[in-house]
Amino acid sequence: MTAKTLDLPKKSWLGLPALAIGLIFVALVTVYGWLFLHAESEMEVLALLVAAAIGVVAGTRSGATRNVSVAMNQHSGIMNAAIIGGVLVVIGLLSQEHFSLLMLTSVLLYLTAALGLNVQFGYTGMVNFAGAAFFGIGAYTAAVMTMHTGVPPLLILLCGGVAAALIGFVLVLPVVRTRGHYSAVVTIAFAVLFKTFLEVNDVLGGPQGLTVGSMSILGWDFNSSPTLFGVEMSFYVNYALLGTVLAAVAFMFTRRLERSWLGLTLDSVRLDETASACFGIGVTRAKILAFTFGNVLAGTAGALYGMMISFIAPTSFTFSDSLLLVAIVLLGGMGNPWGTAVAAAIVVVLPEKLQIIQEYRFLLFSVLVIVMLLFRPDGLLPRQIRTYIPGWRKQP
Amino acid sequence: MSGRLLEITQLSKRFGGVTALDQFEMTVNRGEILGLIGPNGSGKTTSFNVVTGIYAPSQGKILFDGQDITGFTPQQVYKAGVARTFQRSRLCLPLSILDNIMIGNYGRLSKGLWFNLINRRAFQAEFEEGFDQAQALIRTFSASLADRMFEPVGSLPMIERRRIEICRALISRPKLLLLDEPSAGMTHDETKQLMDDILDVRSRIADLSVVIIEHEMGVIERITDRCIVLNYGRKICEGTYGQISTDPEVQQAYLGAE
Repeated sequence: MTAKTLDLPKKSWLGLPALAIGLIFVALVTVYGWLFLHAESEMEVLALLVAAAIGVVAGTRSGATRNVSVAMNQHSGIMNAAIIGGVLVVIGLLSQEHFSLLMLTSVLLYLTAALGLNVQFGYTGMVNFAGAAFFGIGAYTAAVMTMHTGVPPLLILLCGGVAAALIGFVLVLPVVRTRGHYSAVVTIAFAVLFKTFLEVNDVLGGPQGLTVGSMSILGWDFNSSPTLFGVEMSFYVNYALLGTVLAAVAFMFTRRLERSWLGLTLDSVRLDETASACFGIGVTRAKILAFTFGNVLAGTAGALYGMMISFIAPTSFTFSDSLLLVAIVLLGGMGNPWGTAVAAAIVVVLPEKLQIIQEYRFLLFSVLVIVMLLFRPDGLLPRQIRTYIPGWRKQP
Repeated sequence: MSGRLLEITQLSKRFGGVTALDQFEMTVNRGEILGLIGPNGSGKTTSFNVVTGIYAPSQGKILFDGQDITGFTPQQVYKAGVARTFQRSRLCLPLSILDNIMIGNYGRLSKGLWFNLINRRAFQAEFEEGFDQAQALIRTFSASLADRMFEPVGSLPMIERRRIEICRALISRPKLLLLDEPSAGMTHDETKQLMDDILDVRSRIADLSVVIIEHEMGVIERITDRCIVLNYGRKICEGTYGQISTDPEVQQAYLGAE
């Protein structure tokens, strides 16, 4: 676990300013994302994978990726706006394709949940093997509330997060009282318990599951196809847009949490509980904060996911799905939200695109996680040293 | 101000059948450097752990600055004004120098959700103030460290880590500083440098009391005003270095009986 500081590279790639390289990078990733989501044949997908590998090597060799990091750090506002713009462009380009948009939105919602896990696991060191359960709590809350109450669906999203947080409070007591592996076991037990409970509980639909009402904001029904300039688009465009907003907000708060005294506290608790206590840090308070923060994100994402797929069953929220979320955090790089974003895209989209992988995906991801832990334990994008204020330099 | 800052009376700590501290007595006066010495396993670190609340005492009383802090949690002890370093340096190695020092200042940092997540302007103001404070403090120890505030501590040599650890303890402006074997794992020259630093700190912060656990007698002779010798969890001797080094019981504890 060595974090590197961000230095200005000696010379810039092609003599361009870092921001320009950063924007070119975002544009390339946007085009790539569109091509990948659009790709139909497995040959296309494989070709794109090879292209990505070449791109990563070329970018690292030429020093362009360093410039991208610098751009991210020094012009974070413009870069973040560009990335959101990139996602919107992809949504626009895919506006006719149901399945591609469903995948894209799934990536965004899994990202939101994984960001929550990242706070629990990457910052605070609390392994949560019940991520999918909290995701499911959000979805079931949405199902019950859309079908039986008149609460505005946008508010139901928040209720999903709150419900996950409340049920998390029940779990937090045993989690905080145990350490390391033991608290991980508590969450495993909860994940299994949750699915079993859903299966035997007839009120919540039992193994058949429940129908979820659609999202709607001020009369704008998300399950109706929107038209733009007379062209009819897939109704998933609605969900993709809201998913983008949700992921962006989750990302912003995760980042702000990390870049604050609270984030420092969480790191300190992960690295040394005893020393933390000797400097006044309330270890339990920090753990409850991280656990609740993470569960709120998972629950909110789950609520929107439920509304999008409009039908949920216990099999959608199994222990294996929780493992998938943990794999996303590990693969991306513990504590690095950008890594989580990249990993979420890989883990969600790749098996859908490569049918060969689909059947063996849990096996392949397990192998991938083991390989990562052995050879690149910091993940695809290792976490960097905390910069509290991006681009901040002490005035001389 | 003069008088007693810390008064430990009849303090015992038992782990099952092992008595790590046995009716231990210790007084620390304001502004003094007190040496705590004794053979391995004589209860020195245990006494720190009991004072700072990591272990609850089995028996006895701890008075700090007129307040009974017996059985306080580590967080409460920190709040009362005691800061410490650890025998095996317990810094957060992947975190930056700045991060590590700021952890020591936890008591003064704003911890509200609104402040940290929403009101970033106010956060930035507090951050800049904290940065300046931490940088100024570390500069008194090492100018080169002060220019590398965003470097991970894990890449630094032992002496720099000790300095950061001492800064982490000092930034909270404690009344009492507990140093647990600061010279462990360092060369002779490094030890000398660090002791210069500690004396320098003491000369600048007049009211600070320091208790130092140390094995190197040269260090003890040079920097302490007074010493307490422990053996088998009991205090066997107390006095200046000159007094304790000639005490027959101390010699016996260290060298064995003839």
